[in-house]
Amino acid sequence: MKRLLPGRLAQAAALTVLAFVLLAACAPLVAPHDPADTDLFRRLQPPAWMVNGDWSYPLGCDALGRDILSRIIYGAQVSIFIGVVVVLIATVIGVMAGLAAGYLRGWVDRVISGLVDILLGFPYLIFAVGLMAMMGPGVLNMVLALAYKEWVVPCRVVRGETLAARETEYVEAARAIGASGLTIMLGEILPNILSPVIVVATVRIAQVIILEASLSFLGLGVQPPTASWGSMVADGRAFILDAWWVSTFPGLAILLLVLSINVASQAVRDALDPRLHD
Amino acid sequence: MTEPLLEITDLRVAFHARHGKVRAVDGVSLTVAPGECLGIVGESGSGKSVTFAAVMGLIRPPGRIEAGRIRFAGRDLVGLDAASYRQLRGRDIAMTLQDAQTSLNPALTVGTQIIEVLAAHGEGNARARAVEMMTMVGIPAAERRLGDYPHQFSGGMRQRMMVAIALSCRPKLLIADEPTTALDVTIQAQVLELIASIRAKLGMSVVLITHDLGVVADYCDRVAVMYAGQIVEAGRTADIIGSPRHPYTEGLLASVPDLHNLDRPIRPIEGQVPDLIDLPPGCRFLPRCPKARPDCAKPVPMRAVGEGRNVRCVLT
Amino acid sequence: MSPSLLLHRLLQLLPVLLGVTVIVFGMMSLTPGDPAETMLANQNATPAQIATLRHDMGLDRSLPVRFASFLTHAVQGDFGQSLFHHRPVAAVIAERLPATVELSAAALLFSLLLAIPLGVIAAVHRGGLLDRLATVGSLFGVSLPGFWFGILLLLVFAVDFRLLPVSGAIDYASQPPTITGFLILDSLLALRLDSLGNALAHLLLPAITLGLPMAAILMRVTRASMLEVLRQDYITFAEAKGLSRARILGLHALKNALLPTITVAAIETGSLLGGNMVVETVFGWPGLGRLVVESIFARNYPLVQAAVLLYALTYVLVNFCADLLYTVLNPRVRM
Repeated sequence: MKRLLPGRLAQAAALTVLAFVLLAACAPLVAPHDPADTDLFRRLQPPAWMVNGDWSYPLGCDALGRDILSRIIYGAQVSIFIGVVVVLIATVIGVMAGLAAGYLRGWVDRVISGLVDILLGFPYLIFAVGLMAMMGPGVLNMVLALAYKEWVVPCRVVRGETLAARETEYVEAARAIGASGLTIMLGEILPNILSPVIVVATVRIAQVIILEASLSFLGLGVQPPTASWGSMVADGRAFILDAWWVSTFPGLAILLLVLSINVASQAVRDALDPRLHD
Repeated sequence: MTEPLLEITDLRVAFHARHGKVRAVDGVSLTVAPGECLGIVGESGSGKSVTFAAVMGLIRPPGRIEAGRIRFAGRDLVGLDAASYRQLRGRDIAMTLQDAQTSLNPALTVGTQIIEVLAAHGEGNARARAVEMMTMVGIPAAERRLGDYPHQFSGGMRQRMMVAIALSCRPKLLIADEPTTALDVTIQAQVLELIASIRAKLGMSVVLITHDLGVVADYCDRVAVMYAGQIVEAGRTADIIGSPRHPYTEGLLASVPDLHNLDRPIRPIEGQVPDLIDLPPGCRFLPRCPKARPDCAKPVPMRAVGEGRNVRCVLT
Repeated sequence: MSPSLLLHRLLQLLPVLLGVTVIVFGMMSLTPGDPAETMLANQNATPAQIATLRHDMGLDRSLPVRFASFLTHAVQGDFGQSLFHHRPVAAVIAERLPATVELSAAALLFSLLLAIPLGVIAAVHRGGLLDRLATVGSLFGVSLPGFWFGILLLLVFAVDFRLLPVSGAIDYASQPPTITGFLILDSLLALRLDSLGNALAHLLLPAITLGLPMAAILMRVTRASMLEVLRQDYITFAEAKGLSRARILGLHALKNALLPTITVAAIETGSLLGGNMVVETVFGWPGLGRLVVESIFARNYPLVQAAVLLYALTYVLVNFCADLLYTVLNPRVRM
C-alpha cells in the first residue's frame, strides 16, 4: 500500500520546522534589521523584486517602515515559544491528571472528568478570548489562557490509555510485588503510553500556534511593539489595497510553519502507530 | 451429458502487491452442472474464495483476472460490462458469505436489505416475496420482523436471513462461501440442511466453499480440492473421500476426525501454504509432501484418472 | 428514543451547564483587579461613581451571593445593562445573533457539502490523484490561519476582481424588511430576490473562510471511516446482491460511515463558533462575534460574559443534539 505522504515530504517538513526554530533562536544574529526600528521614509515599501523595492528590505516594510522579514523572524520566537510552552505545561498537567483519573478511578476520576467535561463545553477560542478579556493582553496571560484549556487534550488521551493499561499483565505484576500506586503510574504505565502522548503533543503545537496568532490578530495577544505574526496580519489589513505584502508574508509564515508541523507530526504518527496507517 | 451451468476454463487471477505478483488463482478449470452441488475444499489462501469472487465479478484492484474464461448459462462473464453483471448478481448467481453477523448491514433493517434485492432486479410484489422467502428459511413471524435490525436477531436467525436474501430472486446458482465457520455445530447443520432443502425445492446448483471435508461428504455430489491457487484433485465425492489420490487430499482427510473410526489419530498437515509470489514451477505441495520425489520439481499437469476424476500428482 | 431516556440525558447535561456557568462567572469575578475600576478606567470616574457601579454590579456582596444572583438572573435571560448601549445585554445580543447564526449555518453547510462527497470520493478512489489532492488540500485546510485566508480571499475576489462585496452582510439599498432578523429568511419571506442575491454574495466569502478548516477535518474523518466501512463484509454482500453502485455507496456505506463524521462535526462546531469572532472581524460582519471583540476593547464586561456563556451553552447543546442524531442513525445504540 502506497503511503499518502512520501518520506521525502515529511523530511522537508521536519527541516522547515527546524529552520524556523533556528531562525527564532538566533533572531538577533540572522535578522537583517531591528524589528522595532521605524522609519516613515520606508513606509509601506514594497518587496525587493517590485518597483521601488530594496534588497536590504527583501519582503518590504510595514506602515511604520519596519522591516517585515526581521519582524517575521522575531515573530517566530513568539509563536514557537507560546506553542511549545503551552503544550509542554498542558502535557505535564494533562498526563498527571489523566494518570490519576485513569489509575485511581473513584472520586478522583469523577472530579477530573467532570472538570474536563465542563472545559470541553467551551469553544476553545471563545474560552481563551474570555480569559484574555479579563486578564488583559501579554505573553504570560496568553500562555495561561491557553494552558487552562489545553491540558484537557492530553488528559483525555492519557486517561483512556491508562484505563486500558491498568488491566494489563505488567501492571498486575507490579501490583503483585507491592509497587506503590505512584511507582506504577510513573514507572510502568507512563513509559508505555508515551507514544500517543507525543503524537498528540506535536499536533497540538500547530493548533496552539494558530490560536495564538488568532488572539494576536484580534488584538488580545502579544502587544506592540513586540512582533507577532497574528498582529502583523492585523496591522496590514488597513493597507490591503495599497500594500498586500504587509499582511501576506506573516500569514504565509504561519501557514508554512503550521503545515510543516502537521506534515511532520503525521509522519511521527505513522512511525509510532502502525494501526493508523491507511 | 447436459450443458454445464457454470464452466470455468484456465482461470488466472493475480493481485499486484508491492513486492510482486500474487497468483491467487493459477489455471483453475471446473464445471458445475444444473442442480448439482459442488464442494470446493482447501485451506485459507488456496484460492477457493478468489475463484468465486471472480465468478461474481467482484475482483477489485489490485486484483485482476489475467486469463481464462468463465461461462455461465451460455454467457461469457469475463469482461462483461458492469451493468449486465449487476443484473446477473443476486438474480442468477447469488452468494452467501462466511459470517452473517458482519454480512448484514447493521444500519439498515433486514426488511430493507431483502426487499432491495428484489427491487433491484425488477421483481414485483417485493414485500410479499420477502416475507415468503423469510418464512421459507424458517424465520417465524416474518412480516413483523421486517422492521428489525440485524442486531435484534440471534446468530442462527441472522444466518437464515442471509440465506433468504441470497435466494430471494431464486438464483440458478448459489455460492455459499464458508457457510459453516462462524457458527456452532447445531446452527451449522441447520443452515446446511436449509440450503440442501431449498436446493431440492428450487432445483438450483450450489457451490459449497469450505475447509471441512466432513461437510462436503454429507452435502456435495462432486468435490474439487484446491491448493495454492490450483485444483489438485477433483471428482465424485464418494471416490475422493473413499480413496484420495493426492497426498494433500490424504492429508486433509487425516486431519479431520473420523466419526466411524474414532481410534484413528488426527494428524494435521505439517508446514504452511507457500507464498504465492514467485512459485517454483513444480508441484506446489512439494515442500510439505511426505511422498515427495525428485521429478515433483518439474511442472505437474492435471491427469484424468478414471471417470470424471482428475489428479495433479506424479504418483498417479 | 423514549421520552424518559431523553429526560435522563437532559438531566445529565445539568452538571456541565452549571459548571460552564460557574467558570464564566469566575472568569470575571476572580481575576485580579476590580472590574468596576477597570471598566471606568478611561473615563476619569470619581470614586463615588466607581462605588455606584460596584454596587450596581453587586461587587460589594460576597462571591456566593453574587453567583446566586448571577445565576438566577441568567436563567431568566437577564445579564444586566450593556454599558455603552444603555440597553439590556440580552437585547443587544439578540439583535446581533441572527447574522452570526446565518453565517455559522452557511459555514457548516458549506463544510458538510464539501467534506462528505470529497471524503467519499477520496476513499473510493483511494491512492488515486483525487485522493492525494484531497489529502494535501485537507492538510492545508487545517493549517490555514482563518483570518489571513479571509483577507486573501477578500483581496482576490472583492478587490482585484470586484466579484464580491468587501464587507458587511448586505448593502443598504438591498436591505429587506425586518421580519425575523435573518437576512436570507427575510428576503425569501418578502420575495425580494435582489436582497437574497445580495445577502448570499456577502455571505459567500465569510462562510468559506469559516467553514474551510472544518471541511478539512471532516473530509479526513469521512475518508477514514468510509475506507473502514468499504472493507466490511456487508459491502461485499451488498455488491453480491447486484445493487447499484450509487445505492451501495450512498446508502449501505454512507449510513455507517457518517456516524464518526457527525461526532467530529459536533466537536468542530467549537472552532466554528470561536472562528466567528475572527471571521466577522475580517469581513465586517455585523454579528455577535464582532460585538464580543468590540466589547472587550470597550471593557463592556457584562456583555462579554453573557456572550461567552451563550457560545458555551450553544456548543454544549450542539453536541447534545449530535448525540441524539447519532443514536437515531445507529440502531445498535438505540434502546
